[in-house]
Amino acid sequence: MGVWQSYRLRIQRKRWRIRAFRKRRELHPVANRTAQILPNDIIVFCTQRNERTRLPFFLNYYRDMGVGHFVFVDNDSTDGSLDYLSGQPDVSVWHTRASYKRSRFGVDWLNWLQRKYADGHWCLVVDPDEFLVYPFCDTRPLQALTDWLDASSIKSFSAMLLDMYPKGRLDAQPYEEGRDPIEIACWFDSGNYSLRKNKKFGNLWIQGGPRSRVFFRDMPAKAPALNKIPLVKWDKKYTYVSSTHMLLPRGLNQVYDEWGGEKASGVLLHAKFLDTFSAKAKEELERKQHYSASVEYRAYAESLKDDPELWCKWSEKYINWRQLEILGLMSKGNWA
Amino acid sequence: MTVGIVMLVHTALNRAEQVARHWTAAGCPVVIHVDRNVPRRVYNRFTSAVADNRMIRFSERHRCEWGTWGIVAASQSASELMLASFQDVSHVYLASGSCLPLRPVQELIDYLAARPRTDFIESATTADVPWTVGGLDSERFTLRFPFSWKKNRYLFDKYVDLQRRVGFKRKIPSGLVPHMGSQWWCLTRQTLSAILQDPERETYDRYFKKVWIPDESYYQTLARQYSTNIESRSLTLSKFDFQGKPHIFYDDHLQLLRRSDCFVARKIWPRAERLYQAFLADGAGAMNKTEPNPGKIDRIFAKAVERRTRGRPGLYMQSRYPNAGWENGLTSNPYSVFQGFSELFENFEPWLAKATGARVHGHIFAADRVEFSGGQTLINGALCDSAAKRDYAPEAFLTSLIWNTRGERQCFQFGPGDNQDINWFIARDPNAQISVISGTWAVPLFRSNRNFADLRKEAAELQRIESSHLDVLRSTHTKARIRIWTMAEFVEAPMEPIQTIIDEIGPPGQRHLAEAPTMANLEGFGQFLQNLKNQGMHPYLMGDFPVEQGPVKMPKPTRKPYLVR
Repeated sequence: MGVWQSYRLRIQRKRWRIRAFRKRRELHPVANRTAQILPNDIIVFCTQRNERTRLPFFLNYYRDMGVGHFVFVDNDSTDGSLDYLSGQPDVSVWHTRASYKRSRFGVDWLNWLQRKYADGHWCLVVDPDEFLVYPFCDTRPLQALTDWLDASSIKSFSAMLLDMYPKGRLDAQPYEEGRDPIEIACWFDSGNYSLRKNKKFGNLWIQGGPRSRVFFRDMPAKAPALNKIPLVKWDKKYTYVSSTHMLLPRGLNQVYDEWGGEKASGVLLHAKFLDTFSAKAKEELERKQHYSASVEYRAYAESLKDDPELWCKWSEKYINWRQLEILGLMSKGNWA
Repeated sequence: MTVGIVMLVHTALNRAEQVARHWTAAGCPVVIHVDRNVPRRVYNRFTSAVADNRMIRFSERHRCEWGTWGIVAASQSASELMLASFQDVSHVYLASGSCLPLRPVQELIDYLAARPRTDFIESATTADVPWTVGGLDSERFTLRFPFSWKKNRYLFDKYVDLQRRVGFKRKIPSGLVPHMGSQWWCLTRQTLSAILQDPERETYDRYFKKVWIPDESYYQTLARQYSTNIESRSLTLSKFDFQGKPHIFYDDHLQLLRRSDCFVARKIWPRAERLYQAFLADGAGAMNKTEPNPGKIDRIFAKAVERRTRGRPGLYMQSRYPNAGWENGLTSNPYSVFQGFSELFENFEPWLAKATGARVHGHIFAADRVEFSGGQTLINGALCDSAAKRDYAPEAFLTSLIWNTRGERQCFQFGPGDNQDINWFIARDPNAQISVISGTWAVPLFRSNRNFADLRKEAAELQRIESSHLDVLRSTHTKARIRIWTMAEFVEAPMEPIQTIIDEIGPPGQRHLAEAPTMANLEGFGQFLQNLKNQGMHPYLMGDFPVEQGPVKMPKPTRKPYLVR
């Protein structure tokens, strides 16, 4: 990478930081418990809107994993999730009525809060329907991973988004509060992903999975990106560029090995496809607050009319992280 | 007679305390060195916490940075204190705060008591061991290293380069032969005191202060001067990864560590509660006389290093995306590509499946859809038959297909009518077995019922495509196993090449072919080619076909020879 390119990325990073700084005005603290954060705590950052039923399980999932604090941005929920969050002892929550789209899908808000509260911490940026799975997650807490990453001088950890879906109609099994959504949506596509390298930011761009297979069958280029780098040892100079797909400085995107080896990586189980999905897709289509004129949600609405089944004969049923590692979706790298 | 433990500590002081108390409970005195980087407040709290235990002492503090002299200085002062204050110590064991004794301490004491003159220190000459990081082995002893490797890597590297270019060399004190090895040793009182009380120590220390990572070479070199009996291995189980940093043990390693029969392991994750509970409970246990046996642990960690450096061939994923040429295998398994066979033979695909037991697909790169075997729309891994998706990333499609069906041989058809973007990839892949009968694209044209002008146009196009594909296959960069016949050549003697291909595919085809595929009826084909020529389009890829050719008869496969007794 030339000096010029490097300089341009630096300017871009500054631009996102300034933007995050401007957008801070849109956030109003509802419960700020960040003073409780201990120096070694892992912090979860999350933007949410009307996810009340999902939150209890989400919070417990990450608490059990060893997360010390949660920072939420509530985008004008109407289902009582703001009250629920502000009542949790380890959650800090900010409220905003501003446009999700114009905050670049929450990135600006979280960039600001991360800059303010995550400096020097390992922080995990996930949505309420994303559940991190990493090597040995059944026997070792998340801190074991972050300690190992620290010892290995690794600053960012990749976890690709793996779309999970139920067998049969999406609304066949209603999701109840507190339940593990992966029990319902326990199927996934194991081997239909394509990768390419983003030359500018150095990250990989991964597409595929059931969404690409069913909704974007004839326009694969428009299928959503599945690469994610959700776990980063944060520094206040860092910024996420687009969702958690890529970061600046670009060295943080180098989560893959280019010389034949495998680096350690995890998976974000994406429990988007539950019975709540159709309603959500409809609402999001009306709000038009999603990526590229909600092309994704338009495609869903289009297909959902005929009530598609995402499940197919070759779907794999989720068992544990070892299965994902054997299938080649994630890797232990040299962590043993 | 007992063992003295010198413990170097910089973090997780509560664990260090726990382990130190465990040692002293079994009668082993402990001298602890706490890194000067630990704040005074924390240090004071630590010392007062163990003040009740008279067998735990604290030595003078030094600043310890990885790869520098501080660690040696720390172990020197702690060892001196140990030898001076505990007269009955016969061996001194150097351990860190994250070391954990795996066997009852008494077993270690007995083991050492049975070997009173033996020094356990890994010590090898630099020329003979490959474990160095950063390409510095003998140069550790002959260059100067004023810059920190961890903090000032750039200056460190530049200064090393400069010294190499200038040809700078430090003089090694006479009589010393540089040795290196694990920094965790267990030395006898005789050897250790000889090292520490050597009249030349001043000289040696001055020299080793400038050596890189002296903790891996100071005692290792000097022990060779004094010891009468060196056992060149460390009693501490410690595994290193490809970057030279130690592997860490967690709760789930419990059984593995139990079975290793090693005395001490490092390094243990400070929060591995179960490990500390299990091993510090010091159950009396049957006295175990076995030698340490870290074989199984070795294998696990060797595998981890292999995975990190070589990876799984043919896998492309979020954390493995090799640069061109570094794939270590473009695909995960061998597969076969057939070009022209299904045109020339009727029902070639079912025949091939039967003859080889492999999974035989149609044209998986066909323009309209992916022709998976048996007309399936989806296949292993939920790979779908959409041509758009395949053409979006043809290489990912092929590598996924081969990866998803590991353990089952894949065969597929290919031809000039298919997407050609994959040609170079397959040609470069040593796993590909490519068999081509050139010119057979003319057979379907010949048998179709279309206007001759259209046929002529299409024939020209197909011939152009196949010709450039053949150029790819014949290029010097190809690594695939390639066989090319012209159609005329093949029709002359079809069985022999088929047998060769089938044999190569593997076990189910090892037997002699019982049944031959049926060749398409080629009566009038020669005339068809002549007609094309007459129209000015010269088909040449199929070789020389006589205008009037008798019907081609597939020879019956030769019977197995049998013996008449």
